[in-house]
Amino acid sequence: MENSELIRFENCRILKHGQIVENDYLLVRNGKIEDYMKVYFDEGKEPDIKINCKGALLSPGLIDIQVNGGFGIDFSYNVNDVEKGLQTVSEGLLQYGITGFCPTLVSSSPDVYKEILPKMGCTSGAINLGTHVEGPFVNKARVGAHAISNLRTFDEGMKTVEKVYGNLDSIKIITIAPEIEGALDVIKQLTNRGIIVSIGHSEANLRTAEAAVKSGASLITHLFNAMVPFHHRDPGILGLLTTEPIYFGLINDGCHTHPAATRIAYRTNYDGLILVTDAISALGLHEGVHRIGELEIEIKENCAHIVGTNTLCGSILPLNKCVKLFDEYTKCGKIKALEAATLHPAQMLGIADKKGTLHEGADADITFFDDNLDVLSTWIGGRCMYAKCTNSFEIIKT
Amino acid sequence: MKLIILESAEEVASWTAKFVAKKINDFKPDSTNFFVLGLPTGSTPLGMYQKLIEFHRAGKVSFKYVKTFNMDEYVGLPREHPESYHYFMWNNFFKHIDIQPANVNILNGNAVDLDKECENYEKKIVSAGGIHLFIGGIGPDGHIAFNEPGSSLVSRTRVKTLAKETLEANARFFDNDLSKVPKRALTVGVGTVMDAKEVMIIILGSHKAFALYKAVEEGVNHMWTVSAFQQHPRTIMVCDDDATSELRVKTVRYFKNLHQVHQKLIDETSRTNSDTEF
Repeated sequence: MENSELIRFENCRILKHGQIVENDYLLVRNGKIEDYMKVYFDEGKEPDIKINCKGALLSPGLIDIQVNGGFGIDFSYNVNDVEKGLQTVSEGLLQYGITGFCPTLVSSSPDVYKEILPKMGCTSGAINLGTHVEGPFVNKARVGAHAISNLRTFDEGMKTVEKVYGNLDSIKIITIAPEIEGALDVIKQLTNRGIIVSIGHSEANLRTAEAAVKSGASLITHLFNAMVPFHHRDPGILGLLTTEPIYFGLINDGCHTHPAATRIAYRTNYDGLILVTDAISALGLHEGVHRIGELEIEIKENCAHIVGTNTLCGSILPLNKCVKLFDEYTKCGKIKALEAATLHPAQMLGIADKKGTLHEGADADITFFDDNLDVLSTWIGGRCMYAKCTNSFEIIKT
Repeated sequence: MKLIILESAEEVASWTAKFVAKKINDFKPDSTNFFVLGLPTGSTPLGMYQKLIEFHRAGKVSFKYVKTFNMDEYVGLPREHPESYHYFMWNNFFKHIDIQPANVNILNGNAVDLDKECENYEKKIVSAGGIHLFIGGIGPDGHIAFNEPGSSLVSRTRVKTLAKETLEANARFFDNDLSKVPKRALTVGVGTVMDAKEVMIIILGSHKAFALYKAVEEGVNHMWTVSAFQQHPRTIMVCDDDATSELRVKTVRYFKNLHQVHQKLIDETSRTNSDTEF
């Protein structure tokens, strides 16, 4: 398909402006969604190509802001072939309806950051929206599956940050424990540079968490996990859900978060809720023993544990399934379930004018779902990148 | 004049859509010979448009060689405003069918020179060969397009200041704020519609019953502009039962007795005889 061609998606339902619009169309040109009425009346043009969507539900493509890897690749330990690993994962994610993601690194040594970060570039599949570095400035008491030996403190403030990561250019999100001395000042400086600071792997009480938000933090990393559990006299980081405008990632895979906890988060602050996978290298692989960083992990019944322990270490449930489970647990309906993995992450990343939405002017990153919320096909910039089967849509030249 | 009385608004939608589709198909339009339609907006014709879209999707009618002229448009309302008639026609009809953009004509209420716009519209209709079928609805005061009570029955396309009653009726579409309602509109004249070869007027609901009575049982009167079509050689009025409540029993019976004859107008198996009695 040539770029300047007008492509009309028809025979579909479209998730747009917070509702599912029946009997509507998307007109796409140069990878962007056009104002169909304007093109018709002002340019007097008709579509060059029609895509019969066969009744599919067209949603903005899913966005996952926390992906450690998948398909045998672990971004944090794939030092020798960073680019290839990134491509493998970006292409693999397409089958789950994902059109954009943040490749995520666990706490690593400065050498590893310097080796990997500069190579986290453009992708051939789902679009790389910028790297998420979880740690190493996190609390060793809430380290989760990260290697304790890699953790750091802000000995020299921002200078340490630059020393540890090297170049910050490819970093979009940094997960920090705000109780670490000097953290608030670092958060201010990072957010001033346009980097999103997320609170996580932390023992912070509510007052510290609120101070972090006042300093610019806008996100919580995998809510409930790697933080102090709820206490009614100091609700800790969880208290932010009721006191601050905040976004938070939620691993709704059936093992990291209990359905009731998901419902609590949903009912307390749906607007800030972002479904994430925290997917690890075993995403897309079979049950058995795999590696995350320097640790051996075991996959059993859709959950991943560190071998010989009960410590969960990231999810292997694809994001589209998390969306489905979210609808199941909360009964929120398809629209809200999808927006928690499309519009919300885009808003958090500050790209909601282009991504996470199908309004006019946005990028034509589209996922076709059936009524069961199973992925039929995945489109980026108006081009089909993945199709479950050959007859899930039909191209008609006019 | 024919008066087709049907039971419900749904039946009217279906009947009128079948009539339009048959007219187009019988005409056998092609790239050198277009069928020309005049079109209204509003809730009255909506059901007909929905049926026509259905017929189009089923492959029963194509608009590829159809030209359309809309009746009216507000002055100064942005095209993308949900109350603009461009917006109405695009969302309720045009985007769902195969009509070519070049063949769609709607008055531009944002033109710099509104008089010129109206003058050109008349010329465009003439150069399209005139309108084969003009479809209209009416207001409770018997107006057709924006030709409100007192409009000349030989009027042409022009700028029209809207009556206070119309503004008040429209306020519900503009946040109930009278100041937001457009005060002027561009509209085809009664004479413009009279020039069409055939006119079909749709009347639905009891609130239009008095207007229908004025249109059918009383004489031609510029205070009820739709009554002018009594003098048009080929006028079909299509209404639901509710709209007949101000008519005499005799009138209703007379037209209902002609039901069999009227059904032939939408019979897909026979070609419309151009000499059908009116």
